[in-house]
Amino acid sequence: MDEHAKTVTWIATLRRARHQTRLRLGLVMVGLLLIGTGLTLITGPTMTAPMDVLRVLTGHDLPGTSFVVLELRLPRAILSILTGMSFGLGGVIFQTLLKNPLASPDIIGISAGASAAAVFAIVMLGWSGAAVSVTAVIAGLAVALLIYLLAWRDGVSGARLILIGIGISAMLDSMIAYVLSRAPAWTLQDAMRWLTGSVNGATLDQAVPVLLSLLVFGGILLARRGNIEAMRLGDDTAAALGVPLMREKVVAVMSAVGLIAVATAVAGPIAFVAFLSGPMAKRIAGPGRSPLIAAALVGALLVLLGDYAGQHLLIGRYPVGIVTGALGAPYLIFLIIRSNRNERET
Amino acid sequence: MTHLTAKAIRAGYGPRLILDDLDLAVPPGAITAIVGANACGKSTLLRCLARLLRPATGQVVLDGRSVQDIPTRELARNLGLLPQAPTAPDGITVADLVSHGRHPHQGMLSRWNKADDLAVAAALDVTQTADLAARDVDALSGGQRQRVWIAMALAQETDILLLDEPTTFLDIAHQVEVLDLLVDLNRRRGTTIVMVLHDLNLAARYADHLVALLRGKVHAVGAPDKVLTETMVAQVFGVRCRVMTDPTSGKPMMLPLGRHRLTPQIPLQEKTS
Repeated sequence: MDEHAKTVTWIATLRRARHQTRLRLGLVMVGLLLIGTGLTLITGPTMTAPMDVLRVLTGHDLPGTSFVVLELRLPRAILSILTGMSFGLGGVIFQTLLKNPLASPDIIGISAGASAAAVFAIVMLGWSGAAVSVTAVIAGLAVALLIYLLAWRDGVSGARLILIGIGISAMLDSMIAYVLSRAPAWTLQDAMRWLTGSVNGATLDQAVPVLLSLLVFGGILLARRGNIEAMRLGDDTAAALGVPLMREKVVAVMSAVGLIAVATAVAGPIAFVAFLSGPMAKRIAGPGRSPLIAAALVGALLVLLGDYAGQHLLIGRYPVGIVTGALGAPYLIFLIIRSNRNERET
Repeated sequence: MTHLTAKAIRAGYGPRLILDDLDLAVPPGAITAIVGANACGKSTLLRCLARLLRPATGQVVLDGRSVQDIPTRELARNLGLLPQAPTAPDGITVADLVSHGRHPHQGMLSRWNKADDLAVAAALDVTQTADLAARDVDALSGGQRQRVWIAMALAQETDILLLDEPTTFLDIAHQVEVLDLLVDLNRRRGTTIVMVLHDLNLAARYADHLVALLRGKVHAVGAPDKVLTETMVAQVFGVRCRVMTDPTSGKPMMLPLGRHRLTPQIPLQEKTS
């Protein structure tokens, strides 16, 4: 065999090995999601036998059990998975495009923008349903645009954009707190959702817009995986490889904002899921290609298991955002310490 | 497609004009080196040729078509560019990085196929990086890394390759290695090469065609022994020098004259060898 043929085989082997590793990891994560869903379906104040859950899911009607499983627990699991995937995918897109793990939409104020708009629409305007989702998406885009414009000075530097985003995020959070303080007392329970995010009281109707946004925006993003991958090499190299930069960036960012905003409109800004999923997925899947699908699966796992822990494992019941927030905050501090150190070293 | 020309381009960043009414015809199938003082517009010219920067007026024409009218992907199948200091995402392997060169050849739906494997393998072989394929790009030496980036541009299989200072940050051995590699490419595949180089002597030795820029215009252009003269160096770089024939290549080479450390009686005739 000559040198060239040997190299061809070697390249193909490497590529196949990577595909298989990825596929295996994906299957493991899907398996974990199924386990998490199973746990959510059987656990409650009264435990349901796994066999009963299966019978209910296959269409049998068991009085009491059917209601608990199909109306309470199943929507909760589905909404957890869908919002988690939206946050995970939206987050990793931002982190990939801005080449900084801190550039996640929940840190730089895009989630806060969607959240503030949703709170305003619900509490002040009395809106609900799709109107709230649309408002949240528009507000998310508007905040993204505002941060971008404020960060513009002969081009946009990632660090400036992140700092401005953190400032905007703080302003929006105080706006949310203000609107909530004017809300009638009986909505306060519900209002918790807008501070940390929660899947309490999930219904299948709520899951529909999230599913649609995942199909549309997630589809757009996955179809562009090659371009997003090439953009990690830097603007000049990506352009030289034939990526129409302006168009691709706008499409990718708008899709990511769409994912984040719709999920936020339904479940609130579930703390740090967008921020954590990308780096965790990278750790699991290994560096190399940007882990879009892995990040979506990690996001789903975080919300599903975080909610399970908040409901059943901790003393008292907490919305999922409190659990994910407790996981995310130390990581945020770790990242900031590390980035400071790196700056000092260079 | 190999006929690349710049016609009366003016270009710059914001209101600052860097290229001023510049004309240039890149000779097909040859190696062209662009030289000039700092901030004379070398990189700007390369960016215009690669369509990374749109000229304010004038146009860059590839085989009779303005590059602005060529779809991005199609352009990327004909013209490759290696930027000055490209950055690899952390943890990416050599094989993955080089595979990126196939990007313009893949549609949104078309899958990776045999031709892609062949092109990547050929690029690795030519640059002698095949045995590094599974390694992390971060872990390579400067010279290896530059060869890997060139391999990526080669996997793109373009007829024209633009390189912005491909030898910066490399020691002399690696500089020569990279330039030799570019000559190999030019000879074996007939690739048209345009590169910005800082080192005048290496430029004169390795290029068939030398372009000297001065304040955003082409000051001198042609074969190295016509372009690299004492007068040109004085005008373009503002430094006195001696130009003589390099005994190892027969090409011109220059020695700069500063104010110090010169022997009082330098022979004034040009050819001392």
